[in-house]
Amino acid sequence: MNDIAISVEGLGKRYRIGHQRDPYGRLTESLWGALRAPIDLARRRPRETSEWIWALRDVSFELRQGDVVGVIGRNGAGKSTLLKVLSRITDPSAGSATLRGRVGTLLEVGTGFHQELTGRENVFMSGAVLGMRRAEINRKFDEIVEFAGIEKFLDTPVKRYSSGMQVRLGFAVAAHLETEILLVDEVLAVGDADFQKKCLGKMSEIGHAGRTIMFVSHSMPAVLRLCGRAVLLDHGGIVTAGATNEVVRSYLESDLGRTGERRWESGLDAPGDSVARLRSIRVAPTEGGSAEQIDIRDPIDIEVEYWSDAPGGHHPSVGLHFYNDDGVCLFASHDFNDLEARTRSRDRGVVRSTCRIPGNFLAEGRVVVTVSVATFNPLVNHAVERDAIAFQIVDRSQGDAVRGVYANEWPGVVRPMLEWNVDFLPPTSAEEAEAPSRALSAQLPS
Amino acid sequence: MTSRSRPAQDIPSAQTVIRPGRGWVSLDLRELWAYRELAYFFVWRDLKVRYKQTLFGALWAVIQPFMLMVVFTLFLGRISGIAPEGVAYPLFAFAGLVPWTLFSQSLIGSSGSLVGAANLIQKVYFPRLLLPVAAIGSYLLDFVIAMAVLGLLMLYFGVLPTLTVLWVIALTALTVTTSLAVGIWLSAVNVRYRDVRYAVPFLVQLWLFASPVAYSAEIVPAEWQAIYQLNPMAGVIEGFRWALLGQSAPPVGAVAVSAIVTVIVLVTGLAYFRRVERTFADVI
Repeated sequence: MNDIAISVEGLGKRYRIGHQRDPYGRLTESLWGALRAPIDLARRRPRETSEWIWALRDVSFELRQGDVVGVIGRNGAGKSTLLKVLSRITDPSAGSATLRGRVGTLLEVGTGFHQELTGRENVFMSGAVLGMRRAEINRKFDEIVEFAGIEKFLDTPVKRYSSGMQVRLGFAVAAHLETEILLVDEVLAVGDADFQKKCLGKMSEIGHAGRTIMFVSHSMPAVLRLCGRAVLLDHGGIVTAGATNEVVRSYLESDLGRTGERRWESGLDAPGDSVARLRSIRVAPTEGGSAEQIDIRDPIDIEVEYWSDAPGGHHPSVGLHFYNDDGVCLFASHDFNDLEARTRSRDRGVVRSTCRIPGNFLAEGRVVVTVSVATFNPLVNHAVERDAIAFQIVDRSQGDAVRGVYANEWPGVVRPMLEWNVDFLPPTSAEEAEAPSRALSAQLPS
Repeated sequence: MTSRSRPAQDIPSAQTVIRPGRGWVSLDLRELWAYRELAYFFVWRDLKVRYKQTLFGALWAVIQPFMLMVVFTLFLGRISGIAPEGVAYPLFAFAGLVPWTLFSQSLIGSSGSLVGAANLIQKVYFPRLLLPVAAIGSYLLDFVIAMAVLGLLMLYFGVLPTLTVLWVIALTALTVTTSLAVGIWLSAVNVRYRDVRYAVPFLVQLWLFASPVAYSAEIVPAEWQAIYQLNPMAGVIEGFRWALLGQSAPPVGAVAVSAIVTVIVLVTGLAYFRRVERTFADVI
C-alpha cells in the first residue's frame, strides 16, 4: 500500500521580472516590440533581455498521508510559490508533483466571498469555490454557522459585517473542508487570539483524521504546535527538512532567522533600482553587548546605508517596518521624521539613516525588520528587503523594566514605559478623613 | 484511500499530477463536468448580485431592449424599405433586439469574467473556462423574460407563431455559442491586454449596426452580402425573425454560415484559452 500523499520532484518556478512597471501589458507594446525586432536584429543590438528569477528551484520532497508539515523561511523564500504550484493555481516551470487525494487550498480567509451576498449565501459560495459539493455544504451548514458564531447575522449582507466577523465566517467554511490534502498559507495571522486558537484546534483535528497538511507560516509557535515536520526554504530551495523543533531551531539560529547585520558588497546583488540601492542595515545596541540579544531597557539604533542617485529634487526616504514572531507589524517609521533631512538633497552618494528606538519600548521576543527606500507622492518603493535583520529582546527581570517584579506573561506587542503619576490626596475635611474607611467597610456585607 | 461511498468524490479524483504545461493542451471536458456545481454557483451568484439594491430588479432585463425598440421606431421606423412589408416595425425591431441583447450582454459579461475574478484566480484552482461560461448563464434568465414580453407584443400586434417557433431553441443555442466563442477569446486576451476592456463596449456598438437588428438584412447591397453574412449574428437574427414572425423564406444559408463561423471562432478560442490559462495567475 502506497501511502505517499504528495511527492514533489525537482519542482521549479520562474518568473519574469522587470515587467513590474506596467502590470497591464498593452497591445501597442507587444506590437511595437514585434515591429522593432527585425530592426534591432539588423543593428545587432540584443533585444531587451528579460530577467528571470527562480522563485522555486529544484525542490523535492515526499509527504506521507497524515503528515502535518510546516513550511518556514523568510519572505520571498518561495513558500507561497510552492503552495501556489501544488494547488495548481500556477504552472511550474520545471519538475513535477503528484498529489493523491482531493486538494483543498486556503490562501486567504473568505475565498469566494462576495460583499453583496448574505452570510448564508456566502457560506455556499465560498464552500463551492473551495471545492465542496452542494450536498456537503448543506450537511455542514449548521456546524459552520455555529463555529463562526454569526447565527444572528446569517441574512445580513457580508459588507455590513465587521472584519472580524468576516474572518470568522470565512475560516469557519474553510475549516470544514474535508479534503485529503490541505494547503494552508499564513491565514491564521488574522482574527483575534481566541478564534485563532479555535482554528488551530480544528486544524489539528483535521490532521488527526489522517489528512495531509502543508502549512506556511511565520509564526514559529504555531508551527511548533501544529506540525510534526517542517521544511525550511530559502531562495527557492530547501535548506533543511525534518522534525519541526530541529528545523525551527536551525532557522532561528541561522542567518536566515536571526542576523543583526546585512551588507551588500556590490550594487549588483543589492536590492534596489536606479534611484536607490541598499548597502547595509544593522542593529546596534547603544549600551554595548550582543547585537542579537538586546536588553529590553536599552535603546537600539537601526542603521541603514544606501547608495542614492536621485537628482531632480527626489527625496528618497528610509522606512523600517518592525514585526514580531507572529508576523504582526508592531509599527513603522520613516526617516522623513528628521524634518531637516526632509528637504536636504540626496543627489548622489551614500546616505546613512539611523533610527533610534528608545529603551523600554519593544516587547520581549524576536523582532524582524523590513527595510525599504521609497519616494512619496506617488509612492514608489525603490529598494525593499523583507525580513532584512532580526534581533532578540530579552528582559532580565531586574525590577526596573516595564514588568517590574511581576514574573509571568506580560501582554501586548510593545512594552512602552509610560509616565505614571501616583498621588496621595490629603483629606480636605474631617468627614472625608473618615470617608475611606467608611467607603471600604461599605463594600462588606453587613 | 478512495472511499467510493463518499458523495463528494467527483472533484479531482484520486491523483493529480502537476508538471509544466507545454504546447497545446486538450480540452478537459470531464474536469469541466466535475466542476458543474461551481458553475451553477457562479451563475446563482451573478443573478443574486446583479439586481440587489435595484429598484426595478429583473425588469431591467426588459427595459433595455424595450427602450431601444422605442428609439428605433421613432427614428428609423418610418424609413421605407428598412423592414419588410406586412410586419409592424416595433415588433420587427424587438424580435431582433431580444437575441441581440442576449448576445451583447453575454459577450460583455464573459469577456470581463476572468479579470473580474482576478482575486479568485490567484487564490484557488478550478478550471478557468468556467468563468466565461458561467458569466453567460445569468443572461439566459433575462432572455427568457424578454422572450415573454416579445410574446405579449406578438399578441398585441396579432401575430401568431407557427410551429417554426421551435427553431428558437436551436437559434438561442447558436446565439449563446457565438457570444461564448467571442467571449472566450476576449476574456483570455483581456488577462494580458487590458485594451479589451475599452474595446468591447465600442465593439458591441459597432456590431449592433453591422447586424440586422434595426433594419432588414435585405437592404444590404448584393455585392456586400457575402461579407455581411460572415457576421455570425446576421444569420442568427434573421433566423429569429423567421422563426417567430414567419414573414420570409427560412434564411438557411445565412444560419449555416453563422454556425460555421461560430464553430471556427469557438475552436480557435478554446485552443488559445487553454494555451494561455496556465499563466493567468501570474499575469492577471
